[in-house]
Amino acid sequence: MRALLLAFVLMLSNAPAFAQVATDATPLSFADTAEEKRFHALVSELRCVMCQNQSLADSNAQIAVDLRREVLELMRKGKTDAEIKDFLVARYGEFVLYRPQVESKTWLLWFGPALVLLAGGIVVAGAVRRRSRPSAQAADDRNEEQEW
Amino acid sequence: MSDSSSGNTARNSTMRWIPLAVVAALGVLLFAGVLLSRNPNRDALPSPLIGKPAPAFRLPVLHEAGRLVTDKDLRGAPYLLNVWGSWCPACRDEHPVLTRFAETKRVRVIGFNWKDEHADALRWLEQFGNPYLMVLTDYDGKAAIDWGIYGAPETFLVDASGTIRWKYVGPLTDEVIKDELLPKLAQIDARGASL
Repeated sequence: MRALLLAFVLMLSNAPAFAQVATDATPLSFADTAEEKRFHALVSELRCVMCQNQSLADSNAQIAVDLRREVLELMRKGKTDAEIKDFLVARYGEFVLYRPQVESKTWLLWFGPALVLLAGGIVVAGAVRRRSRPSAQAADDRNEEQEW
Repeated sequence: MSDSSSGNTARNSTMRWIPLAVVAALGVLLFAGVLLSRNPNRDALPSPLIGKPAPAFRLPVLHEAGRLVTDKDLRGAPYLLNVWGSWCPACRDEHPVLTRFAETKRVRVIGFNWKDEHADALRWLEQFGNPYLMVLTDYDGKAAIDWGIYGAPETFLVDASGTIRWKYVGPLTDEVIKDELLPKLAQIDARGASL
């Protein structure tokens, strides 16, 4: 039992290492860790255009390799993160951003969940108020339930 | 009191329909999803470059060593830019369709040989036939990023002034040419004539 537990713990601790194996033909090299950190933060926020359910950081598609190289080049030219994102949006569209910009078109996307929560809250509040109201109403409800 | 209780009954009977309405709404959503997923090209991204000037480029020509062609060299008449590579199986599927279209000489068909090897590209064209008036090469993929290219085949229609008018992601078919490309070309011609 103890051995099994140990094996399980080892497996867990190994998992992140597996996920980070770099498979680029020519891996990118970074000047320093700050650059590397910024690069990884940036590409994990960008979506791979070819394999649309992966981020640019995770994908091994050829275009993702090329785009990663482009992002690093732009970083070295002194572009800000926002400028790099604009560069990609101008070419590939809003789709490349995992976090779309807040604008009139995306309001529903951004605030939809809050709306749903609000609607749910109103329904629950209504139900609670109805339940807590005693007497005739409750009897009414019970009668109706019998009709079902 | 009787007034309010009759109001409540009315409300309750409408409340009774709410679950059905919710299920019906979910059903409509599901059906819409099924309909949308039947479009084989549903993953194609709309290009933000439509209506914008074609990106500036300066690319070598496959069949003429040392010759570079720029976006400005291609202005003056519309052209179709077809992205392909010898490594791309879908480009082989598209090849006969594109060849048939190119033979009608409706518009200049320019090849964009993307992420390929020079010898492989030449061999591919020799084996299957060369539908292109001219083939530009982009082996490091830098120009492709400016065009927003993310796969092959992709096809762009650029008008005489160098504006991108249309893009199609995936292999062209006779239907796409008839239903989308030819009407777009007619539209460009009409606009050109009125100027």
